[in-house]
Amino acid sequence: MLLEVRDLHVEFRTRDGVAKAVNGVTYGVDAGETLAVLGESGSGKSVTAQAVMGILDTPPGKITGGEILFQGEDLLTFKEEDRRKVRGAQMAMIFQDALSSLNPVLSVGDQLGEMFTVHRGMSRKDARTKAIELMERVRIPAAAQRVRDYPHQFSGGMRQRIMIAMALALEPALIIADEPTTALDVTVQAQVMDLLAELRRELDMGLILITHDLGVVADVADKIAVMYAGRIVESAPVHDIYKAPAHPYTKGLLESIPRLDQKGRELYAIKGLPPNLMNIPPGCAFNPRCPMAQDICRTDVPPLYEVDTGDGTRRSACFYWRETLDARTD
Amino acid sequence: MGRYVIRRLLQMIPVFIGATLLIFLMVNVMGDPIAGLCGDRQCDPATAAQLRKEFGLDKPVWQQYLTYMGNVFTGDFGTAFNGQKVTELMSTAFPVTIRLTIVAILFEIVIGITLGVVTGLRRGRPVDTGALVVTLVVISVPTFVTGLLLQLLLGVEWGWIKPSVSTEATFGELIVPGLVLASVSLAYVTRLTRTSIAENRRSDYVRTAVAKGLPRRRVITRHLLRNSLIPVVTFIGTDIGALMGGAIVTERIFNIHGVGYQLYQGILRQNTQTVVGFVTVLVLVFLVANLLVDLLYAVLDPRIRYA
Repeated sequence: MLLEVRDLHVEFRTRDGVAKAVNGVTYGVDAGETLAVLGESGSGKSVTAQAVMGILDTPPGKITGGEILFQGEDLLTFKEEDRRKVRGAQMAMIFQDALSSLNPVLSVGDQLGEMFTVHRGMSRKDARTKAIELMERVRIPAAAQRVRDYPHQFSGGMRQRIMIAMALALEPALIIADEPTTALDVTVQAQVMDLLAELRRELDMGLILITHDLGVVADVADKIAVMYAGRIVESAPVHDIYKAPAHPYTKGLLESIPRLDQKGRELYAIKGLPPNLMNIPPGCAFNPRCPMAQDICRTDVPPLYEVDTGDGTRRSACFYWRETLDARTD
Repeated sequence: MGRYVIRRLLQMIPVFIGATLLIFLMVNVMGDPIAGLCGDRQCDPATAAQLRKEFGLDKPVWQQYLTYMGNVFTGDFGTAFNGQKVTELMSTAFPVTIRLTIVAILFEIVIGITLGVVTGLRRGRPVDTGALVVTLVVISVPTFVTGLLLQLLLGVEWGWIKPSVSTEATFGELIVPGLVLASVSLAYVTRLTRTSIAENRRSDYVRTAVAKGLPRRRVITRHLLRNSLIPVVTFIGTDIGALMGGAIVTERIFNIHGVGYQLYQGILRQNTQTVVGFVTVLVLVFLVANLLVDLLYAVLDPRIRYA
């Protein structure tokens, strides 16, 4: 396994109390594999990714438990300086909003070249050449001229390509993309996503794709982990989950996708709001919104059951996964 | 860019004329410039009339102004009543004040920005709170108090420095006066940098820089600081003009024969030519400093384009 997150816990200690953002997340990605992490805002998907990258704001954030195994070694035991050398070189991150994530006062060439001067000790001139190569690789037209331009001079799609180029610069083994297309126009979204998927394939990298867009997931992901209130509620190979979800939350998400054959009917929405992370309900965190909730859901936290579909690749944190699986939606 | 500079230079003309006219008028209502020329006694009417004619003071004010400005553009700032050419006074006074200003600006940049970065990165910690209290004290206490106090302690009590600066006014002698002159601005620079750093620290591009695996030092200097300095540069730039003209108190305390000293003497002796001449040059310095700050702004932040 390229990356394995085991039972990760992250808290944020604020003036108003402790927010439990991540409560025992376990997931893994292999080289050449794409894992989609799905969930609403505040479900802990980005925080988990930041903990993996080691860019969590500490304080207020604090990793209170678990392991992050990267190529077999626990990153949480690394010294900061060793951790820094992993960042950017062996694992890289693509952020949501490329405009605010790129430095407004440095040219894109400088920002790309920096990867080579810092991590590889290259001269500025060689780094510039590398930067142009990278820009060509992510298909930015007239890269040699545009290398001197600043982020604000690019369109949204081009900026996100630069973010992708920056992440790919040192050909890391793992890329974490945190909602890479959310800030883009719909027409550009597909282009950027295709480019990312293609480059991932070329370089045989592992990819963690954080998103709340189920449409994106179906095309590029190999497997899915669904998060709710800082916990994985269901994980499965991508085709299985679309066919038959094993957790009422996943089921709710799938049912709330607009479908052509449901035209004219009211769109389904999961009732209620995600829980406050300072005050997660006892038992299953989803129980106040769950149409299937029973007494046990309000008192006991469901373990991550193995869903017996034969190959042992599916898991669901629901006491009634069997019933959910059987109640197919059509 | 070129067009912008030309436009700005053209805009300076009305500002310059307005400012000099105001000074000219104000100096004129200050009192009779002849009154102080005959020592403690009143000048006898014949001598007074003679002097008035000599200095052109019998003509109407607007005519005096026009004559004066005409002379200024040929480089003639007139003659002080004691016979010294104003340009001569300037050539001795300005180098001294420029040196003093350089010392003060260096203090602002080195100490102010360093302190601002350190406190901005450790907001809410003891270093930060301590620095905030100190800057508050420095801002609240007037320059003449800090100046006299330092002069008394360092110069008289402990004898570390000479209490009074010699006529050469070397950089070495100007360190303490420069610190006094810079003190209030220095406190402002610290606070400005601190706020700016603290604000930008959580920004997305800093997070990106960290995620790229850059060493902390590089993240701070190249990414965080460069963005945070934009408001600070504006402040320091405009402060150059203020420091050059506002050194009157500091120059008095340490007996520095710079611009402030000459202005003070000029006002005291009702020496119209000196006062107007020096202030005219200061107005120019202020205008040019402001233009340079605006241009520097575009260098620091490429998003700003002048057309």
